[in-house]
Parts: sequence; structure tokens; C-alpha cells
Amino acid sequence: MNIWTAIGLTVVGCYLAKLVGLLVPAGVLERPLVQRMAALLPVALLAALTAQQTFGDGRQLVLDARAVGLGAAALALVLRAPFLVVVGAGVLVTAGVRALA
Amino acid sequence: MPDVAEQTTFPESTGTPGALPAGPPGGPGPAAEERPDKPDSAVVRDALGVGVAVGLSGFAFGVTSAGSGLSLLQTCVLSLLVFTGASQFALVGALAAGGNPYTAAAGAFFLGIRNAFYGLRLSQLLDLPRAVRPFAAHWVIDESTAVTLPQPTRRAARIGFTVTGLTLYVLWNLTTLVGALGAEALGDTDAWGLDAASPAVFLALLAPMLRSTVERVTAALAVMLALTLLPVLPAGVPVLLSALAAPVVLFLMGRAKGSSAGAGGDQGRGDSGGHGNRESRGADDDREDYGADEDRGNVAERKKRGERSV
Repeated sequence: MNIWTAIGLTVVGCYLAKLVGLLVPAGVLERPLVQRMAALLPVALLAALTAQQTFGDGRQLVLDARAVGLGAAALALVLRAPFLVVVGAGVLVTAGVRALA
Repeated sequence: MPDVAEQTTFPESTGTPGALPAGPPGGPGPAAEERPDKPDSAVVRDALGVGVAVGLSGFAFGVTSAGSGLSLLQTCVLSLLVFTGASQFALVGALAAGGNPYTAAAGAFFLGIRNAFYGLRLSQLLDLPRAVRPFAAHWVIDESTAVTLPQPTRRAARIGFTVTGLTLYVLWNLTTLVGALGAEALGDTDAWGLDAASPAVFLALLAPMLRSTVERVTAALAVMLALTLLPVLPAGVPVLLSALAAPVVLFLMGRAKGSSAGAGGDQGRGDSGGHGNRESRGADDDREDYGADEDRGNVAERKKRGERSV
């Protein structure tokens, strides 16, 4: 039930965000500060999510196979690999490290 | 979908079949008009390229979502009704980490806010009838914006938006289903390293955004906040609080600029369009249009690289 609550809220929230842009008159959201904030917010959130999903285990910080996998994904990104290759590298290396450990 | 039906009728209704020059050999689809700027087939090709490449990554979402403990139905509902990748990954990640539904949804929503700003730009370019907008809104995402904004004409913009949106929507949902079914067949997804898919996705979404010092400092601060707060606050809350890195960095940058006005405030941005006359303008002007400029550079760059991030 909790999961459905979260899904419902996300569906409504994300749809309204998309719709608002198409409906409001131009100019309302065009203020420079608002725009810069909108560009930076995803940067902060994605960085935090990356860190949390790599080093977090419940409420503990851990250093495990995922960190190595993320390193592989980062290397793939530097080499300009396509999206799926980046993700695949992260997954395979993580699995490999776990299999060896 | 109503908007699809309406928009895909453009080629027939405005084309002038008698006057067509011979198109490129084997050129598919609606024959090009004699508009000099951009043939429809070129727009369709752009759109399909981005749509197919990114649509396939729904597979990663399906796997991650199922691995995070969501049911097949929940996973598919997310792709069908949320249809903005970063938010979907954030939601299932937060739920898997034990976050409560409200903080999880809040994180997903914050990530979705950027689509409102895409919509603003698109609405002027597409000039859609009001009745169509609620349907078109569902497809207002990174990729459709990236393909649509650089189009030279309204007609090209509408074709680009429609083809990208449709291709991505269909593929994203099909691959989500396949990914979720695959993960269920695998059983223990952690043994297969699939818990690393989600951070890898976030990193891949983040990387192209880290073009200048402002973004990098923001990201670094957000990581520090998230890791520092993780052991002491309930799951989900640290990520939300990390979002504060954005206003903090903006505030500090504003202060730094204010105190050293005229010190050439370009902040080492990576994009190169239209900065020629920057130096001759006041630091305030420079800051004024940072956001808009950023946005254009961002979208153009993404398009060039056939960019990810749904």
C-alpha cells in the first residue's frame, strides 16, 4: 500500500510539472533565478542519489562491490560509451567482484 | 493518443506532391517538401535515433524496479504514467532504501520539476491547441525537448516532438516490461550486481550536466551532504536535504560575483555559443541570462550526443 501511495503521488506530481509548463503564460517561470535553480536542482539530487545508492546500506555507510562497479561505469562514461554500456559495465563489474569475493 | 493522430496528418495536408524533387535514394517516409531548411525525413531520423537509443534503457529501469521489490504491475504503471526516467529511478531507489512514500515521492517530484521548464519552451515553439496540451504534456521530457528545440520550423518541431515522444513512449514501456520480467526470472538480483544499475544510471544522467564549476561544486556539496546525513536521518531525508546544495551554491556564487564584479565572471562554462560579447557587459547582465543560455547549451549538446536521460 505504501508503494502505491508513493506511485500515486509521483504520477500526479510529475504529470502536473509537465503540464504546468505547457499551460502557464510565458514569462511566469522565465525569471533567471528560477531557471538557474531548476537547472541545478537535478544536479544536486542526482549526485546525492548516486552517492546514497553506492555507499548506503540502510543507515550505514559501506564500501563494497558497488563502489567498484560505479568506478567501471565512470570509466565507461569517460570513454563516451552509450547509456546501456555504462549501466552494463557497472552491473557486470559489481557482479564480478561479488563472485570473486 | 489524440495529439499523435492530429500531428501525424501534417505531411499529407500541407505537402505538395506534384512539385517534389527526387528525394534521397531509398529515403523513407513522407517525401520532403521543398522547404530549404530541413526535410521531414531528416527530422524523423533525428527523432528516431534519440527515441530508440534511450527507449531501450527502459530495460535498466525494469530490472532495477523489480530488483527493488516493486511488483510487475507497479513497475509498468510507473513507466506508463510517470514516464520521466530520473524520477522513476529515484522513486524505486528511495523505496528500496526503506524511505517512506512521501519522501520518496518528493525526491521523484523534485527531479520532475525540470520538465515544467522544458514545457515552457516547447509551448511557444509547438503552439499546440489547448485541447491537445494535456495529452502532449505526458511526452514533455529531456529527449523530446532536446530533439524539438533546435528544429527550424514549427512543422519540423511538431514532427520531432511527436516522433520522439511516440518512439520513446512505446519502447520505454516495452523494455520496462521485458526488464522487469527478466529480473523476476533471475531471482536474487543483487547476486547479479543489479543493485549497481541504479547508481550507474544516476551517474550517467549526471555526467553530461557537470559542464562548469557551478555544477561540479553543487554535485560535490550534495554528495557530502548525503553521505554525512545518511547515518543520522531517516532514509530518503538525506537525499532531499542534499538538494539544498543548489540554492547554497547559487547564493555563494552570487556573493562571490557581487564582491568581485568585473573579474570576468564566466565561471568556466563548457558550452561555447554566444559568449563573444560577454566581457563588455556588466557582471549582472552576465548572470541574468545564465539560466536561459545554460538551457539552450544543454539541450543542443544533448542532441549532438544523442543523449540519454529520460
